[in-house]
Amino acid sequence: MKCTIPNQLIQRILFAVCCLVLLREQAAAQTEIDGIMMAKNKFCLGPVYSYSSWTDYWEGKMKRDNENLGRVSTQMAAIMGNYGITDKLNVLFSLPYVSTKASAGTLHGMNGIQDFSLWVKWMPIEQKIGKGDFSAYAIGGYSLPASNYAADFLPLSIGLRSRNLSLRAMADYQLGWFYVTGSATYVVRSNISIDRSAYYTTEMHYTNKVDMPDAASFNFRTGYRQGNLVAEAIIDNWTTLGGFDITRNNMPFPSNKMNATRVGANVKYEIAQLRGLSLIGGGNYTIAGRNMGQATTVYGGIFYILDFAASRKTTTSPKKN
Amino acid sequence: MKKLLFVTTTIVAVAIALPIACSKDVKGRTDDLPALQPAKTDIEGGTWKPVLLAAANEFSVPVPSATTTPDYIAQINEIKTWQADLTSDEKAIVKYWSAGAILRWNEILRELVAKHNLPPYQNADGTYPAPNANNPLAYPFFPFANPPYAARAYAYVSAAQYDALVAAWHYKKLYNRQAPYKVDATVQVLVPQTDLPSYPSEDAVVVGAAVEMLKLLFPGDQDFIQGKAEEHKRARLIAGANVRSDIEAGEALGKAVAQKFVTRARGDRAGTAGGNATLWKKLETDCEARGEKPWYSLETPKRPPMLPVFGVVKPFLFDSLTAVSLRPGPPPLTGSEKMKHETNEIYEYVNNPTRERLRIVHFWADGAGTYTPPGHWDAIAAEDFITKNYSEIRWARNMALLNMSLMDAAIVCWDTKYYYFNPRPTQLDPKIKTLTGIPNFPAYISGHSTFSGAAAAILSHLVPERASAYQAMASEASMSRMYGGIHYRADCEVGLEVGKKIGNYAAERAKTDGAGN
Repeated sequence: MKCTIPNQLIQRILFAVCCLVLLREQAAAQTEIDGIMMAKNKFCLGPVYSYSSWTDYWEGKMKRDNENLGRVSTQMAAIMGNYGITDKLNVLFSLPYVSTKASAGTLHGMNGIQDFSLWVKWMPIEQKIGKGDFSAYAIGGYSLPASNYAADFLPLSIGLRSRNLSLRAMADYQLGWFYVTGSATYVVRSNISIDRSAYYTTEMHYTNKVDMPDAASFNFRTGYRQGNLVAEAIIDNWTTLGGFDITRNNMPFPSNKMNATRVGANVKYEIAQLRGLSLIGGGNYTIAGRNMGQATTVYGGIFYILDFAASRKTTTSPKKN
Repeated sequence: MKKLLFVTTTIVAVAIALPIACSKDVKGRTDDLPALQPAKTDIEGGTWKPVLLAAANEFSVPVPSATTTPDYIAQINEIKTWQADLTSDEKAIVKYWSAGAILRWNEILRELVAKHNLPPYQNADGTYPAPNANNPLAYPFFPFANPPYAARAYAYVSAAQYDALVAAWHYKKLYNRQAPYKVDATVQVLVPQTDLPSYPSEDAVVVGAAVEMLKLLFPGDQDFIQGKAEEHKRARLIAGANVRSDIEAGEALGKAVAQKFVTRARGDRAGTAGGNATLWKKLETDCEARGEKPWYSLETPKRPPMLPVFGVVKPFLFDSLTAVSLRPGPPPLTGSEKMKHETNEIYEYVNNPTRERLRIVHFWADGAGTYTPPGHWDAIAAEDFITKNYSEIRWARNMALLNMSLMDAAIVCWDTKYYYFNPRPTQLDPKIKTLTGIPNFPAYISGHSTFSGAAAAILSHLVPERASAYQAMASEASMSRMYGGIHYRADCEVGLEVGKKIGNYAAERAKTDGAGN
């Protein structure tokens, strides 16, 4: 009866939207990232809230603060869902509302609906290896702006506007109560349009189109997964494959080389007394970065599983008891 | 395990194919322009009124060698050698530069401005370092190409190029040496043919004037600038458009004329426009003595005001007394009901931003890291001039008229700003959070509005069929500063009016400079 959405979506969204300061890399990055599938005909749905903020950021590789921004914070409220088409094929989505604010200086925060994301998660392999259970996944995702927000107002814009196509390979191994999950993702990002008719990166561009570099992401998690509790530690990395550094005392730009490495913890708890209801929560901290804020993020959410089938197990894989 | 291998292979294959399949090349609007093919040669251009030159022949250009001499024939052979084995890179540079010399150097200048339009980071003690022209590569890099600096740079480069081309046209007509492909029919020509005499080369004149001016204005970017200059001159040889002596004579003439502008620039008082701590304090106390609330910097730590003495820089289109006479009457008193009303209006705008208004704010923001409002108007003008098939001298003349207007607009606007030293809306009401950065200088009158009023006025004279479009753009640029929360209505409305008066000086000049329209 676990709802799979939390870890995955949250990861992704938090990572994407909230944590990264300058970098609101669109969600596409961290799609579902856990080794749990919704069972056939089950639909898990719920709201998630997150708060992320930073005072220090990396201007290129150099860390600094900015008294004209103070603490830059991002709040996100999202609706997320996961539907089991089959036990081995799930569809997931998220739609976040994002609001940003700077505690100092004069710049106005932004808010609005950010990007709609959709993933297809497929578990083609599930087998015993040694004493544990091994499963492998392929996850494809697509995201696109769900409103006409402005990308070119970093660090206060709510997103980067690129349409992202992501492809993730993931493997999960569970031995007793403990498990490890690792994944690698490639994100293809479309060009974006900005409101300006020219801009300077490391050279002049006489166009309103911006070439957004692709990105790669790695995620590793390990922890306890048994019964109605999942508790895990994560480390992940987002690396922009290209892009340029913010120059001295300049503003950030959507096609900057935004990188971040974060560590964090997630907990998911299913309430035994309320069948189908689960709580999620967690947080993470950016330990290294480039052209992004050093963000601390916390989040929480509630999910409920709707059962469109005769009563059956709710989640599958990898072998839970 | 086989299945795992299959899945992995598929994923890897797709991951590799995806980025290749999705081509994301972003082309600039002027990357693939056709070659400039002037509708007329403007062969009488040597009689047009120059800006600083006493006469078109103030600087001499040696008599060229006849096209029958061994010297000339050797130069023809140099072209043929280039053309015997053209690489794709060489063809690409010919294509790039053939779009127009004035256009390309204006784009390069806009690029330099955007690169250098960054306010210096503060010192540890909360003061700010000033860029040093004698040490441009040490942080803070020289220059900080803010809007007044940029306006002046665009004006000097444009005006120097125009005067140098007036001189060049004089000698072209005088010596009447034809282009190499007219002398020797076996020389290929990779650009449109012209009846304009090729000695001295107009392209090299533009290069020489630009390089000489930019040594003063962007002394830390010489490798970039010289690289462009060499490429431009080479493109003309490769194209069969000029022999080496056309190029050499043109470049020397361009440099000589530009020297006159360099001398003027060194004495135009811009070098001391930053003022000093005593003067900054005096602006504040003088304002208080008038019973008004003085402007203060809204940055932390407080940054000294941007170029408070730029208002006394020597203008191009009129004398300094006229500049002072163009200063408008005062803004609403800071304590008045009128000012309160205007402040409330701005609060309403920033608290109810529509997406369209935000687009307008960002489209016209032209703030840090951009080519500034004068550069934006150059871009607007250039994209219209491209469609007009002007000769290089007419391109230069029109750009000079525009950029002299913009520089003089900066002078009158900055004089006004520091004369009244009026606070920004956010200073009077800290609840006003802005949709773009607040410039670090007083509000009244709006720089964007003054620049835009001036640009729209001169451009409406030069390209009358676009007049209503220019007026609409100027209004939108002006309003963008209210929508963004950084100017009151009075700043914008009066700024447009003052700008228009300045642009009209350029239009009057244009009516009598001999170029016609």
